[in-house]
Amino acid sequence: MKRFEYHEPASLEEASRLLAELGATAQVLAGGTDLLVEIREHLRPVTHVVNIKRIPGLRDFACDDAQGLRVGALITAREVETSPQVARLFPNLVSAVGQLGSIQVRNRATVVGNICRASPSADTLPPLIADGARLSVFNGNGERSIALEEFFTGPGRTVLRPGEIVTGISVPPPGAHSGRAYIKHGRRKAMELATVGVAVTLEREAGHCREIRIALGAVAPTPIRAREAEALLRGEAFTPERVAAVAEAAMTESTPISNVRASAEYRREMVGVLTRRAITLAMEAIQ
Amino acid sequence: MSQIVSMTINGEERELALEPYRSLLDTLRNEGGLTGTKKGCDVGDCGACTIIMNGKPVNSCLVLAVEAAGAMIETIEGLQLAPDKPHPLQEAFMRYGSAQCGFCTPGIIMMAKALLDENPNPTEDEVRFGIAGNICRCTGYTKIIEAILATAADLQRAKSA
Repeated sequence: MKRFEYHEPASLEEASRLLAELGATAQVLAGGTDLLVEIREHLRPVTHVVNIKRIPGLRDFACDDAQGLRVGALITAREVETSPQVARLFPNLVSAVGQLGSIQVRNRATVVGNICRASPSADTLPPLIADGARLSVFNGNGERSIALEEFFTGPGRTVLRPGEIVTGISVPPPGAHSGRAYIKHGRRKAMELATVGVAVTLEREAGHCREIRIALGAVAPTPIRAREAEALLRGEAFTPERVAAVAEAAMTESTPISNVRASAEYRREMVGVLTRRAITLAMEAIQ
Repeated sequence: MSQIVSMTINGEERELALEPYRSLLDTLRNEGGLTGTKKGCDVGDCGACTIIMNGKPVNSCLVLAVEAAGAMIETIEGLQLAPDKPHPLQEAFMRYGSAQCGFCTPGIIMMAKALLDENPNPTEDEVRFGIAGNICRCTGYTKIIEAILATAADLQRAKSA
């Protein structure tokens, strides 16, 4: 592997100072399942690796009806995948993390790392955005909070400034009469990057849609909300015609590219199909 | 600059002088002299380098050796019950013809051990889900899955006997 200097800061302050001083070729190591591959394949110039695993306080993990979900920066994908509490309240997220790499990868990879990598096809992003997740970010002096859907600026790029470290993610508790679903579309069942990912979280009230959030992965430079599609259903009844119009709008809002996994035309078509399907699944999931 | 890292490998305490950019996989194979763990893709896709670290199966190519300081590492070399007594999974892999070229076998057996430790009575679907990160290009997986299910059944029988 390409050589680098290695650091094990004992506090967030020390880690933040190191990252700020060392500049853009210093990278945070948490799980390492993306970073070590990027270093080995020369995808990212890295001269310094800052391992944050010795920093105390980054292993919060709680999930309940009152507080929702809180996942610290060092919590692995596998811990989230195998939590009965998360499975009960956020089955969409469990479905997404369970399809991330292999068990071996998920035993190392962190959910926060999957977010910070900022891949447009990252599995955890659509369900977390659909559920209104927010990130806690340490900036050297204190913390600031960023809505996950405003975190990404492009493939691999985020609003993080030099020296800033994401310490955790929080998701508000599920609303009453709410249902949620995530559908990953790929060519095989495992070890696959999403060709298209669609997450829908909605709330029903007296047969109408009180609230809906649709998040799309792998069809734009960042994960996106399909806001025009959402607006077509908010306050309306779930008629098949209405849902079809919502799916059509989501297709229009996506701006996919063609690459080795699928063509842009195919991806856009699948956004329509999967949005319709995810709305149905989310409806069925309402308790 | 190298640093001294100590870890427990197959029950034996080892102290190794390591550069921080060395993977645990390379370290086990070179400094450790344990070449049973295989290097396939070196990027976490194939699972040939699967070992058990602190009770959990991981790709050793995606772990820095310095991160294994203080860890309990299990590799295929530590699996046999005695020098002339292979682990039940190893017996079953031989009985069912689950290895052809054999390159993926140590990684799959370590993954299967971790799987059975966590879930002693898995369904076929659970076995398939469990070994999804272990690529075998020879067998088509059928005999691997048969061997893992047979081992689970044998171990269950032995426990209730």
